[in-house]
Amino acid sequence: MSGALALTWRQYRLERRMFWRNPSAAFFNFVLPLLFLGLFGAIFAGSQTDLDVIVPGIAGMSVMTTTFVALAMNMVYLREQGVLKRLRGTPLPSGAYLGGLAAHAITNTAIQLSIVIAAGALLFGVGLPENWLMLGVFVAAGVVCLGSLGVALSHAIPNFDSAPAYVNAIFLPVIVISGVFYDAENAPAFMRDLAQVLPLTHLIDGLSAALVTGAPFADHLSDLAVVLAWAALGAVLAVRGFSWEARRG
Amino acid sequence: MIAAVDSSAPAILVRDLHKSYGAVEAVRGIDFEVATGEVFGLLGPNGAGKTTTVEVLEGYRERTSGIVSVLGHDPSTRPRALRERVGIVLQSSGVYRHATVGELVAHWAGFYPRPRDVGEVIDLAGLRESENVRARRLSGGQARRLDFALALVGDPELIFLDEPTTGFDPAARRAAWETIRALADLGKTVLLTTHYLDEAQALCDRVAIVKDGRILAVGAPAELGVGASSRYRVSWCDEGGEPQTRETDDPTALLHQLTSAALARGTGLAELSVTRPSLEDVYLELTAEPGDEPAAVTAGAGGSRRGRGRR
Repeated sequence: MSGALALTWRQYRLERRMFWRNPSAAFFNFVLPLLFLGLFGAIFAGSQTDLDVIVPGIAGMSVMTTTFVALAMNMVYLREQGVLKRLRGTPLPSGAYLGGLAAHAITNTAIQLSIVIAAGALLFGVGLPENWLMLGVFVAAGVVCLGSLGVALSHAIPNFDSAPAYVNAIFLPVIVISGVFYDAENAPAFMRDLAQVLPLTHLIDGLSAALVTGAPFADHLSDLAVVLAWAALGAVLAVRGFSWEARRG
Repeated sequence: MIAAVDSSAPAILVRDLHKSYGAVEAVRGIDFEVATGEVFGLLGPNGAGKTTTVEVLEGYRERTSGIVSVLGHDPSTRPRALRERVGIVLQSSGVYRHATVGELVAHWAGFYPRPRDVGEVIDLAGLRESENVRARRLSGGQARRLDFALALVGDPELIFLDEPTTGFDPAARRAAWETIRALADLGKTVLLTTHYLDEAQALCDRVAIVKDGRILAVGAPAELGVGASSRYRVSWCDEGGEPQTRETDDPTALLHQLTSAALARGTGLAELSVTRPSLEDVYLELTAEPGDEPAAVTAGAGGSRRGRGRR
């Protein structure tokens, strides 16, 4: 029972059960992106061009809420409450704990994307994904990138009370600039330039090709490269700043 | 992996432990040993270095220098074999707030190779009625019991308790004391920190009085008093009703004198008492700041400063 894999699985199961008992976490991770999809789907109903933008946009946003937002908030909370410190004193291997936490976030990403893709096909005329392999690659890169950036951000947040401010100060501008709700090509030049630096823009570009346009993978390798570059930066910052307890006041 | 352990080897051994945080020296050369099966207390005012010392032993902090051995391991490398044999109650730590007491104890049991029975641990911690209550709904005292339960479910040989009853009402303190005594009866080794004198006196086989990162005195609570001053203090009221006090190494002769005189007069000896310095007296003497009231001492939650329920 104490094999590392078995422990990871148990930790994952606990995280899953706890998730649904916490209404605010379930709302931010699950309901919000779907609510946006419903609202913008209704607004853009009749304009297939806009619907073709909003579906991959919301898919990208879903990856960000289930990894970046969820992990940043979660880590700050677990650290401040001393849950991490308590677990650190048990024989549970760190890898099993963090693995369970990561698997939990990835499950949320997968469920969200399934709903968004199904809604795109059934309600918004986007059809089924054009390129499943490309979809998988971009989602995997996006999860690693935004997940590690979320953990990295958690190191910079002083306490849980201020966590929503920190997270939203990044999340909200990023989803607007990166073209979740409109075609980023139509934005003013300075926003387009800014968007080109951000990983979510490139994730959405890749998802758009995989879900809607069917543009060849080869055309989007530069997008993948940007996402992976951010992933590398995020991973370094996430590991370097990692702490099992809150900073002493 | 572990060969037959010499049962006479101390459970904890600390030699010349130093720990600095930047320029601040929190621990400045501490030595002590805790024998297997012993309940050992680190007693001292807030900021004395108690928690730092315990956290070095628990593996949370790297020591600056010195030798530390916990159940034969160096805790700074946090070996899993050690973590399986140790239970930790931190000063404050959270849990999954939406999980029930029963779920948490069962989940924690899965971390250990030979856990205790979950129901038994819940009973031992006094949580039977809260088994299906979610952690976020527990009162402060119940949450502390849950801390105990999670620390005990792995059936540890050694238990660290960092200020286990701080903030408790008297009834909750008594209940916690009973749990700690039950652990001692099971042969567990316990290292606890406290700033309550009565708690140290009631629970500990031996106590180290800690201040400013140093140990000022170590010994059994009763011995500590004897060591500081072996004299008895005899107090009574004389014929005029004036209180009198005399200190002596052997009160027998003095008492004979006093009682004979009283019998000859045909009166009683009002308010006669024979006392030895208590742990409190020693503590106050050792931890007093020069020219300062001994305000650092915290009375027990029950208001009494004297040891109660001592066994």
